[in-house]
Amino acid sequence: MTTVAQFWNRNRIAGAVYVLLGLLAVLYFGVSNPAKNDVTLRLTADTSLTFGARPVIIVLGLVTVAVGVALLAVLTARSHFAWTAGVALGALVLAFLFWGTSLAKTLHTIPVEALLYGTLIAATPLIFGALAGVLCERSGVVNINIEGQLLVGAFAGALVGTMTKSVWAGLIAAGVCGALMAALLAVFAIKYLVDQVVLGVVLNVLAFGITGVIYERLMQPNAAEYNNAGQFKPWEVPGLSDIPLLGPVLFRHNLFVYLALALVAAITFALFYTRWGLRTRAVGEHPTAADTLGIKVRLVRYRNTIMGGFVAGLGGAMLTIGAGVTFNKEMTAGKGFIALAALIFGRWSPVGAMLAALLFGFADAMQQFLSSVISPVPSQFLQMAPYLATLFAVAGLVGKVRAPAADGKPYVKG
Amino acid sequence: MKLELRGITKRFGDLVANDHIDLVVEPGEIHALLGENGAGKSTLMNVLYGLLRPDEGEILVNDVPQTFRSPGDAISAGIGMVHQHFMLVPVFTVAENIMLGAEDTKLGVLDKKKASAHITEVSQTYGLPVDPEAVVETLPVGVQQRVEIVKALTREVDLLILDEPTAVLTPQETDELLEVLRGLKAAGKSIVLITHKLREVKAIADKITVIRRGKVVGTADPGESEDELAAMMVGRHVQLVVDKSAAEPGAPVLTVKDLSVVDDRGHRAVTDIDLEVRAGEVLGVAGVQGNGQTELIEAIMGLRPAVSGSVLLGGAELRGRTTRQVLDAGVGYVPEDRSTDGLVKEFTVAENLVLDLYKSEPFGSKLVYRPEAVARNAKDRIEEFDVRTQSADAPVGSLSGGNQQKVIVAREMSRPLKLLIASQPARGVDVGSIEFIHKRIIRERDQGGAVLLVSTELDEILALADRIAVMYRGEIIATLPAAGATSEKLGLLMAGVTGD
Repeated sequence: MTTVAQFWNRNRIAGAVYVLLGLLAVLYFGVSNPAKNDVTLRLTADTSLTFGARPVIIVLGLVTVAVGVALLAVLTARSHFAWTAGVALGALVLAFLFWGTSLAKTLHTIPVEALLYGTLIAATPLIFGALAGVLCERSGVVNINIEGQLLVGAFAGALVGTMTKSVWAGLIAAGVCGALMAALLAVFAIKYLVDQVVLGVVLNVLAFGITGVIYERLMQPNAAEYNNAGQFKPWEVPGLSDIPLLGPVLFRHNLFVYLALALVAAITFALFYTRWGLRTRAVGEHPTAADTLGIKVRLVRYRNTIMGGFVAGLGGAMLTIGAGVTFNKEMTAGKGFIALAALIFGRWSPVGAMLAALLFGFADAMQQFLSSVISPVPSQFLQMAPYLATLFAVAGLVGKVRAPAADGKPYVKG
Repeated sequence: MKLELRGITKRFGDLVANDHIDLVVEPGEIHALLGENGAGKSTLMNVLYGLLRPDEGEILVNDVPQTFRSPGDAISAGIGMVHQHFMLVPVFTVAENIMLGAEDTKLGVLDKKKASAHITEVSQTYGLPVDPEAVVETLPVGVQQRVEIVKALTREVDLLILDEPTAVLTPQETDELLEVLRGLKAAGKSIVLITHKLREVKAIADKITVIRRGKVVGTADPGESEDELAAMMVGRHVQLVVDKSAAEPGAPVLTVKDLSVVDDRGHRAVTDIDLEVRAGEVLGVAGVQGNGQTELIEAIMGLRPAVSGSVLLGGAELRGRTTRQVLDAGVGYVPEDRSTDGLVKEFTVAENLVLDLYKSEPFGSKLVYRPEAVARNAKDRIEEFDVRTQSADAPVGSLSGGNQQKVIVAREMSRPLKLLIASQPARGVDVGSIEFIHKRIIRERDQGGAVLLVSTELDEILALADRIAVMYRGEIIATLPAAGATSEKLGLLMAGVTGD
């Protein structure tokens, strides 16, 4: 019994899974339903690489198998788990992308630039949402309400942006509405000690309800007056946007993408190098200790939760006035929960959360690309991709992570 | 600093935790606040430290009345506190913990250099070495306590409150702490020492105030005998030494061989332990908290899988059995944490008395439960074990710590046992109840039962055990007869020093 349990540790189980998946990829994508057409990787407008899809897929599949074998045989230390997962799963995803493109009905070209650009766009609301989570949860308040905060942000951005004819007013309104929603979360969680998970879900339903009613009664029938906001125009960073590949991917976005990246840096700095950050982390880890040093635990939590809501609200606005799209009922479609997953996958650190958000964003961008070129993969399956990636990331790859010790625990004196 | 408390009263609902308490602490004085668990000492100090607001009474610092709305107010008035459960953030460094709440910043950025320099300066002044860069959770308990003291001293307090500071220390660490306190006193600091340990009080206090049931029952000099102090604290004469005859060990009852166990994080907590408990003897397992005692007992009880080794009860293998099977084999178990592992707090006293027996006759069968048999049993047990409760139907959580413990002891000892495992049976229990529980443990031994006692309190081990095994870092580093053991010798062993 014991010997069996000890042999099948996390690394070995993952290794066995990689061997299996790698072999499946080789057999299915390379042999039984083989890729036919050559695939072109278009890096920039004038640089392209063309590959025979089949050998590439077989090599990538074998890479996965090799990583799996290595995990089974030699790489037993815990530290090897994360990077091997990255290599093995990355190879699998690439194999899948090549195969899908090779058998696509229209083009057999992967536009790398556009794919990465789309990744960043798709990741941006997730980054905002995950940062909202960082702000709340580092101070000890669980935020299941990110979804609702994104949704009211998207809603307020569109509504106020149309009514005032100013996207900037829409942006501010989005942040304020997110903050209001978070204030509700804070009052019930901090003052009335309501279970924070249940509370978050209930507030999400509230957000669906309120935005849904106003949308159906007001915004849908009178779209021109209430649901017709403009869009933040892209701003090409002078100089930087001309760098091949990197420029178009990183520096030709609108405000939201730059703001998200700036916030990641700002929050990382604030959390680890300022008084505010030290106190926030202390309150999230050991509120009683903070209290005995004269820190007002509840005040810190109120402030952080409301700040988090503001950030999530801004992220929601990305979906409407950031993308130039009208508001639609429940348009966040689970992005708040994916952001929550990014927060956990990123281990409650702003940079980690951003990387996780980019991963999920890539799954989304790939999904959109493969749908657009009409690949043989059913579109329903493709649409599952970001959610599947989330599920695997959180369930399989995270392992035991350490949340802030007092996360979700209300602070009661005495 | 001169501190004076006048008529401090604090109520929690109907309970009066502090009833018009007066207390004067002179500058440069070590003032011991002596009282049993639950006497109201900690409540009083939390009032003084601004964590609780008093319902009546006033606090005077250097003859000036003060109102403390939060610990911040108390700190700025010059009062510091070292709590019984350390108020340190485990994942922070020493410097981060100490600067928290009083951070120096340079252009908005935390000035860790300045904080470290300040810490080094304070620790050199008072002879309290700490490494500002160390992460707190990696430090031994004694060092963490030192960090707490340094934390208070960097805030330039004039009065330091220490709440049960020796509860987690070995005897040698305790001596070191007392030495540090003498140094602080020499530097002119006032100290309030909250404790229920008579020996420390006698060793260091200048003045003693005794609290019982929320009231000051008197003051005493350190010259008073331990018996007198104990009588003041408990309110009647108590027998501090347990009467017992020499043990008459019989055949081995529990034999543990090469047992290894891992903790929750997968680290080895118990390594290749061998031990034997015979019929009619008490084997005491001594050691500082967290040296594998918990995991050892949980493995024996089937609450935690062992990695290797065997656990034999009268020759039958217990390893791999469920906890119910272990109990049914004749093992009684008093867990170390009674509120999470020993009792269901919302259940009544009567129900808690049959938690392990509710589905066997006469209390019920697989299908039925017989409340009248449970009630009858409760009546008998409450009488026999002197459980002070309003009724058998009161929720067990409403009882005092000592009486809750008696409920567990009554339950575990009311069926025939081959082996009794008692883990920290006196923790958080009043002196009167300790006396009673100890007598019952010795009676169990005298009736031919084997007893495995785990305790971090050396006094308890020395009072009860016939043989003593000392655990250090998951191993038993020595087993010796109680007859020749002294607390000094055991203290060294508990710190891992085995040299002869």
